[in-house]
Amino acid sequence: MSESSLRVVWVYPDLLSTYGDRGNALVVERRARQRHLNVTRIDVRSDQSVPTSGDIYLIGGGEDRPQRLAAERLRNDTGLVRAAENGAIILGVCAGFQILGHEFVNDLGQREPGLGLLDVWTTRGEGERCVGDVLADVDPQLGLPQLTGFENHQGVTHLGQGVKPLARVTAGRGNGTGDGTEGAWRDTVFGTYLHGPVLARNPAVADMLLKLALDVNALPPADTTWYDALRAERIAATTRPA
Amino acid sequence: MAGTESEPTGARDASLPARAKIAVTAGKVAAAVSRKAGRGSGSVIGGKVALRLDPDLLATLADHLDVVLVSATNGKTTTTRLIAEALRAAGPVVSNALGANMPAGITSALAGGSEARFGVIEVDEKYLAGVARDTRPKAIALLNLSRDQLDRAAETRMMAEKWREGLQDTEAVVIANADDPLVTWAASSCKKVVWVAAGQAWKEDAWSCPACGGVMQRPGDDWFCQECGFRRPNPHWALQGTHVIDPQRGAWPIQLQLPGRANLANATSSAAVAAVFGVSPQVALERMRGVSAVAGRYDVVQYQGRDIRLLLAKNPAGWLETFSLIDGPPTPVVLSVNALDADGTDTSWLWDVDYERLAGHPVFVLGQRKLDLAVRLEVAGLQFHVVDSLEQAVRMAPPGRIEAIANYTAFQQLRKVVAG
Repeated sequence: MSESSLRVVWVYPDLLSTYGDRGNALVVERRARQRHLNVTRIDVRSDQSVPTSGDIYLIGGGEDRPQRLAAERLRNDTGLVRAAENGAIILGVCAGFQILGHEFVNDLGQREPGLGLLDVWTTRGEGERCVGDVLADVDPQLGLPQLTGFENHQGVTHLGQGVKPLARVTAGRGNGTGDGTEGAWRDTVFGTYLHGPVLARNPAVADMLLKLALDVNALPPADTTWYDALRAERIAATTRPA
Repeated sequence: MAGTESEPTGARDASLPARAKIAVTAGKVAAAVSRKAGRGSGSVIGGKVALRLDPDLLATLADHLDVVLVSATNGKTTTTRLIAEALRAAGPVVSNALGANMPAGITSALAGGSEARFGVIEVDEKYLAGVARDTRPKAIALLNLSRDQLDRAAETRMMAEKWREGLQDTEAVVIANADDPLVTWAASSCKKVVWVAAGQAWKEDAWSCPACGGVMQRPGDDWFCQECGFRRPNPHWALQGTHVIDPQRGAWPIQLQLPGRANLANATSSAAVAAVFGVSPQVALERMRGVSAVAGRYDVVQYQGRDIRLLLAKNPAGWLETFSLIDGPPTPVVLSVNALDADGTDTSWLWDVDYERLAGHPVFVLGQRKLDLAVRLEVAGLQFHVVDSLEQAVRMAPPGRIEAIANYTAFQQLRKVVAG
């Protein structure tokens, strides 16, 4: 990271901020400040160029047309791709996850190229939209507690050899491929269908992004009382038989 | 209550075709049974039964009325009420004043049987095009569009698109908010549009041009797309401070009992609607002044010896307007959020609300999803108390009137609690 301040870049809130995605930026900032880290949040609108010097990049969910526009502008801009080549930490959520892959189906029903930062591609699901609470066990290699979140998408995301599933669902649909995978990751690039404020329900993921950015194995403790209470409540509500 | 002034007189029923008469009667029976069973007013079930028997009933009932439709994400119940009050200056009004705003509820309200001249009807956004086709309105008021219950509703821009397609052939005068790019897009294909500069605090759903997808430029109150030239139309009517400016540049003071900028905007749109029917802004605004609470919203109630003002906020745009009208710190604030089906089951919208604006207020959090709120407020860096009941919040709150802000079903629950 740069010496003075941790730079958190929120990519295209004008297009990709439909489901409370601002929450992820707020939680990363908050968790960093609780550790007395100096943080700068940079909100990059889609008519601005994406800086390549960020530490953590967040790219959120959006409707179908804005998703296409975002993919077009990110391909032309190349800032995010160059940042990734420099080892930036990236979290893509829902539509943002799909954009990080090779391609997705756009609002015109056409195959739209993504950024190719994750070895995944997305087709449109034939069945009902995946809507509802999700629980998922994270790839043990990441050493994180179970994920809880909410999904709302039509896409089906297929994983290639170059990525691992971020998690395996125990409730909900995840990638929609029917094999129980949810999200994908490689190195420091992560994608998930748990939309909007996924970090508010999973502060350990926010802390993981901070640890990667700081290149440390541990952070000073920060209070998680309310996050823990919320997690316990949502996990109980999601596992309770309907 | 506005809705009960149009109780059966029989005069209308007598003029209806036989099939419609049977349908209306069956609907009333179903409603009465439902009421007896303690399931609310019965207006929705009554309307459903009636529409099953006569699918054209809504059109038949609307046939004798000058119909005004009101739709929006926020403010439609209040604005429907304000317009109804204003138009009473020109003749009797029938209205779905209690907010049953889908076709069954609307049918039921109109089937009340009345000698009304005007039908002032709140319509759910999703049903606007269909209801406009069936009721052939003289005027349609479009107030605003923003994100709301995205786990079950269409995307916000798609809603604007649906309005645009559904209303392009309407003969109605469309009264539309020129400050909302999505509403402007929806209305700009209509034949007769009266543009109202009613303002819009929430801008997060219209940074992308609804016409071409270009990035919207929004300097001050203006907005335009640099790529395709789609831009804010010149308004005929405007809200300026606390005055309505009419098309002749006359300025009329708005003196409402209802609080907040959003209601000044609602009153401005309502004055523009009233003018379509020859009711002057002066007369219209004078009549709107009589409205003190709408379906419990804005009501100041007594509970446990304390004054509590009940405020409904269902989505980020609504919360934003609500924060701007509450009394400043150290006024205690109670927040209650549920995520039942009627609220939307996804709480991620809480992160689009600037709870940071509550800094300095003692804050009490309750409701089914109080823990979601707790995390949101913790991240906002606020001090707050999580409580189990309104009673507990009231007991802990420092002196002064309490502002209670809740989303849909949480609001209904608060009303029940304070009613004892």
